Amino acid sequence: MFHKIMIANRGEVAVRIIRACRDMGIYSVAVFSKADRDSLHVKLADEAICIGEAPSSESYLNIPALISAAEIADVEAIHPGYGFLAENAHFAEICESCQIKFIGPKPESIRMAGDKSVAREEMRKAGVPIIPGSRGTIKDQEEALRLAKKMGYPVILKASAGGGGKGIKPAHNDGKLISAFLTAQAEAEAAFGNREVYIEKLVKDPRHIEIQIMADSRGNIIHLGERDCSVQRRHQKLIEESPAPGMTQKLRRKIGEAAIKAAKTFKYENAGTIEFLVDSEDNFYFMEMNTRLQVEHPVTEMVTGVDIVKEQIHIAAGEKLSLTQDKVEINGHAIECRINAEDPDNDFRPSPGKITTWMVPGGPHFRVDSQGYAGYAIPPYYDSMIAKFIAHGKNRHDAIQIMLRALKETQIGPIKTTVSLHEKILNRPRFRQGAVTTNFIDTYLTPAAKAPAAEGKAAAAAG
Amino acid sequence: MNIKEIKEILGLMREHDLCEIELEKEGMKLKLRKNIAGQIVMERPMAMPQGGFAPRHEGGAAQVHDVPSAEVPMGGTLVRSPMVGTFYSAPAPDQPPYASVGQTIKEGDVLCIVEAMKLMNEIKSDVSGVIEEILVDNGDPIEFDQPLFRIKKA
Repeated sequence: MFHKIMIANRGEVAVRIIRACRDMGIYSVAVFSKADRDSLHVKLADEAICIGEAPSSESYLNIPALISAAEIADVEAIHPGYGFLAENAHFAEICESCQIKFIGPKPESIRMAGDKSVAREEMRKAGVPIIPGSRGTIKDQEEALRLAKKMGYPVILKASAGGGGKGIKPAHNDGKLISAFLTAQAEAEAAFGNREVYIEKLVKDPRHIEIQIMADSRGNIIHLGERDCSVQRRHQKLIEESPAPGMTQKLRRKIGEAAIKAAKTFKYENAGTIEFLVDSEDNFYFMEMNTRLQVEHPVTEMVTGVDIVKEQIHIAAGEKLSLTQDKVEINGHAIECRINAEDPDNDFRPSPGKITTWMVPGGPHFRVDSQGYAGYAIPPYYDSMIAKFIAHGKNRHDAIQIMLRALKETQIGPIKTTVSLHEKILNRPRFRQGAVTTNFIDTYLTPAAKAPAAEGKAAAAAG
Repeated sequence: MNIKEIKEILGLMREHDLCEIELEKEGMKLKLRKNIAGQIVMERPMAMPQGGFAPRHEGGAAQVHDVPSAEVPMGGTLVRSPMVGTFYSAPAPDQPPYASVGQTIKEGDVLCIVEAMKLMNEIKSDVSGVIEEILVDNGDPIEFDQPLFRIKKA
């Protein structure tokens, strides 16, 4: 087992990984930019090393600085968290060549799954259902038009090197297709430095169902059930839950088997997630694989009892998976709300700054994963997520009640947070019925549909 | 505890690059701390409001290098490290150091080397003046922005 691990990340995930290390008796080394000197992960780690100026490019994405820090701290492994360099095959390779274990999959798996159009093709060859679309990337506008006509509208253009909801452009007719194609290319170039795009049929009102898989270095692969992440805004997840409402044992088994097949195709090791779109007839299609720990991993941890981060460390240390597929059980229902430092009443404008009031929920069946504390100044340079609230109930209704109770207890200020947005969502009858689709936020909670706070209850009842 | 034992402990501290050690034995408590001028060395970062974090290892090598600008005593410009790595005071182990206390240097003069990933990076002074203090030791691990030299500007 490792003696010392460096966490190449910040915020709540760095805190999460440090906690796992602490539980396992492993020394943790944190890295931080100048702007993060007062961060909770710096306070909690056994050692902390400043690696650069505030901008991510000079710090958390700065491979030489990270490797340098790993060397002077003499760590045996690096956990990349999520985001930043977690899915950077080049970084994984450099760790390997410096004899530092990268806690995650092999570089070739990251590469294969990271090129979204290559991944689609590999799935097609492996017999995993994929969304009808182009084979590989599209050369030019003419090809895009031809394919769109063949598949039938609506279609969606996606960046091959994409992720995080960027470089995704739908088109409903020939007229819109050309501009969607060109815009997708431009966005892809700007965000990922790679303008290649592919095209898919736009699945109508899909549910976003993802499967958590774990694979050790000895060829054992299991899945830990599904998560439903359909409540999204601009392709950013807001609420995730496990199990997916309305999921049957039969469908779970089928999607689970498809996910394991996908992981095998990518020669996968360690934790990963396969994302599927499920249409109204329970047809499921591979969308992409995320070759890293995910933000919403806690909901899976609550219902299965498996500590995914510790499992990651065990796998990286060469150990066997701690359980077999037949031992995986889903108990109760878990919901996670991502709390962002944003003002939901002002178009989600970011709200960085000093937190003076920090009262977060406690009590049974509730978990808070956060880097926040009273007196902490949220820096403006990074993402706005300040906490994850996770409720675990006997069933979905119970979990929702616990989350509502917890949201009501919450007082965070003077910065603005999305706590009130989550209360609105959880009170919506359509959400409470379960199985909302990815257009939920845009359709039901756009500014026009949202009532001012005073009439909030009446509007929610009508929702 | 006698002088011989204390000297042995001091020797061990030097050998293992320790800054502070605390011992309790036979109803006696001994704390030894190496004085590192101009630099705060913290075994534990700042305490949380509830103070719930006990120090992990006393006497470990300097872990968090705090670099508060308020710490700079009476003037002088700090030359800070532009990268993470290991500090070397001389071009090679058998060579004299680039810079010593009291030496007059010009802007652009090489003051030291910070080695990162097997590459030796020359760190140059961005001011001219006299070296008042060298804040780190040969072979020390260095973090980004860590003060290395205090220079009295000409």
